[in-house]
Amino acid sequence: MSTESRAPSLTDAPEQLDFEVIESRDARRARISTGALIGIVGVMLGVLFFGTEGSASFALSDAFADVQLPTIVIPGAPVVAVAAVACLLVAAGFLSGRLRGRQRTLAGVIAGLAVVIGFLTWAAAGKDLPFPVANQLAGTVFTATPLILGALCGSLGERAGVVNVAIEGQFLTAAFAAALVGSVTKSIPAALFAAVLAGVMMAAVLALFAIKYLVDQVVLGVVINLLASGITGFLFDQLVQPNSRALNNAPTMDTIPIPLLSDIPLLGPVLFDQTILVYLAVISVVVVWFLLYRTRWGLRVRAVGEHPEAADAVGISVKRVRWQAVLVAGVFSGLGGAFFTVGSIGSFSKDLTAGNGFIALAAVIMGRWHPVLAATMALFFGFVVQMASQLQTLNTPVPSQFLLMLPYLATIIAVAGLIGRTRAPAADGVPYAK
Amino acid sequence: MMAETLRTSRVREWARSRWRDWVITLAAFVLALIVGAILMIAADPAVSSNFAYLFTAPGLALGAAWTKVSTAYAALLNGAIGSPEALAATTAAAAPLICAGLAVGLAFRAGLFNIGAQGQAIVASMAAAYVGFAWSLPPVVHLVVAVAAGLIVGGVWGGLVGWLKARTGAHEVIVTIMMNYLAAGLLAWTLTTTAFQRPGRADPISPEVPDSAAFPQLWGQLHLGFFVALAAAVAVGWLLERSTVGFAIRAVGANPSAAGTAGMNVGTTTIVTMTIAGALAGLAGVQAALGPSVNGVPVPLTEGLVGTVGFDAITVALLGRSRPLGIVLAGLLFGGLSAGGLAMQSVAQTPLTLTLVLQALVVLFVAAPQLVATLVPFLKARKTRVSLTGVDA
Repeated sequence: MSTESRAPSLTDAPEQLDFEVIESRDARRARISTGALIGIVGVMLGVLFFGTEGSASFALSDAFADVQLPTIVIPGAPVVAVAAVACLLVAAGFLSGRLRGRQRTLAGVIAGLAVVIGFLTWAAAGKDLPFPVANQLAGTVFTATPLILGALCGSLGERAGVVNVAIEGQFLTAAFAAALVGSVTKSIPAALFAAVLAGVMMAAVLALFAIKYLVDQVVLGVVINLLASGITGFLFDQLVQPNSRALNNAPTMDTIPIPLLSDIPLLGPVLFDQTILVYLAVISVVVVWFLLYRTRWGLRVRAVGEHPEAADAVGISVKRVRWQAVLVAGVFSGLGGAFFTVGSIGSFSKDLTAGNGFIALAAVIMGRWHPVLAATMALFFGFVVQMASQLQTLNTPVPSQFLLMLPYLATIIAVAGLIGRTRAPAADGVPYAK
Repeated sequence: MMAETLRTSRVREWARSRWRDWVITLAAFVLALIVGAILMIAADPAVSSNFAYLFTAPGLALGAAWTKVSTAYAALLNGAIGSPEALAATTAAAAPLICAGLAVGLAFRAGLFNIGAQGQAIVASMAAAYVGFAWSLPPVVHLVVAVAAGLIVGGVWGGLVGWLKARTGAHEVIVTIMMNYLAAGLLAWTLTTTAFQRPGRADPISPEVPDSAAFPQLWGQLHLGFFVALAAAVAVGWLLERSTVGFAIRAVGANPSAAGTAGMNVGTTTIVTMTIAGALAGLAGVQAALGPSVNGVPVPLTEGLVGTVGFDAITVALLGRSRPLGIVLAGLLFGGLSAGGLAMQSVAQTPLTLTLVLQALVVLFVAAPQLVATLVPFLKARKTRVSLTGVDA
């Protein structure tokens, strides 16, 4: 009798308890700074609203497409205003702390879309030329290809605990090898093979010094980049430049339209009429994800990156697994490097990768060392870089240099923990000596 | 008595490790030269084709190879130290390397990787050049103000990294790499604005810096900037070894937790170190913007003005083991390499980019003493890790 009155039945208990949510300091800071950032962007859009005149038109298909989609014309000022208000509302939601879990993610996506649409509308408003949406999307996929491959290389290596600052150097040597072999053999497969070989060889240099000789990996990466720049530059000056017609005249890849799928309006040409390298990049994302999260080997890779001592204790050879991971990662950076020569223009010039390896590194960090997220980030950076060149042709008052800086700025914001937390694999960059 | 023997044995140990450092550096340099020679022979079809007859006519192949390599290296040596003019050119090339090397080395001592000397030098060169060409001030004052502007801007750019690290724990390697590109983007943009672009020019180039803001030339290419760099090295040496701030820097570099327990403010030390490092790298940018070139006037601001000084600086700091004297010597070595490289390019038709390869190889070999010990027979391999960054362990 007495027991029944004292204890409520177990099934009721969860409903009666009112959990108090306690936010950690980090989470609070991240929430507030995210809100503040979105708010600042909202205010900026609000300022841009006053400079928006006329209507913005977006061409969905380019002039040569078989199926012509309509050009969408939207009123400039109202759309920018709506975008600004959306951003400010989301910012208020973040700052007040009302949004939780799923809602927060949704609000973030809404804010992101509002920023892109609002900004593009402002840029295109009142211009004679419509904004070429099809070009933008196709260009995004094209620009992002090496970034995706580089990001895969970075995340695979870093998951195993080897920091790879040398993606740039791997790109450069692979690009050179592809151009040279492509010019001599006139064969794309041979060029691709040479690029992969070069990527793996540079990866082997990284692995040798980082894993065997325990050299600090950041320093090593910088030196390897210097070495790659030096060797390709020297060979280019000494060997290639004097007879560039024979040695720097590689064939470029043709696009391979996938039957039926490539005929879809707008998305068809963007996704299914690309070079083999683009398809390889997409397949690689799945492959790396599968390798890391669905195979025994992947579990070992992640184990040696998080806790090498524990991995060693259960009988995994830390050094061997790290070697394997770095060399496999080299395959992807090799493919990515091939993009710069046989994948696009066919000829090599000194330092032609121009910081793309570092954007890939930024994508790795922004993607929290997860291959799929990193590839998504690479796609986003590709979008931004492509937009910078599109806006240049639209003649907008915003300097394209600022857009090109966006990936780097976003990475700083991310590592400063302003948007959520980024945590590297625990043993990332720590050499393992028994 | 016991203490005495302990002390002598410790001194002996220290002397032996120093001697080892020197031998390994020398061996690394020789190995780099050998690899460079192989690269040169392989990349020259006229020379490497002779190797088809290596066994029938070894003289032909080896002779051609020897001629190729010896001409190139002789021109390199001659261009670096062969004449007083060459020596002056070496000092001019070494001055920014020393400054930026100090920036990287100082940060290393605090356990920080300053990969951002490049960006710090870029923004500082912008500030110094702007004060140089846009303001008109009396001669000496103009130079001092221009240098100060560069130091302040470089210091702020570097200090920002320290602040982010201290406040949010953002890893300085990633932040500095990204800030390098931000600086490059900023420079590219400012050179298109009316404030920076030379009137009447469509390409990104600034007006020329007048003599009043340039480092005065002393002899040949030797200018005041070199002595400023040496003074900076002395100052950093004093800071590290004789000041409280320097002690805190070294303590934080050796063990941040212990330094924090001992009452030092790790965050503040990080910010201070990165600010000073930024200012030092800024000095390298100032050297590039205000140092007279071959024709006696400073090169106007362009996108490639500072070159790759920030990345070369990392190799300088590593080779110099993050000690001021070491950095000065390493800076002179790489300065000589770049001055000599120009001579090698014009005299022996061997591309300048070879020096980049040599530089990278030297540092790679220095970084892996065990590899050098394996390749060079009489050096005994030791198991202990060599402190590459000069952190007091």
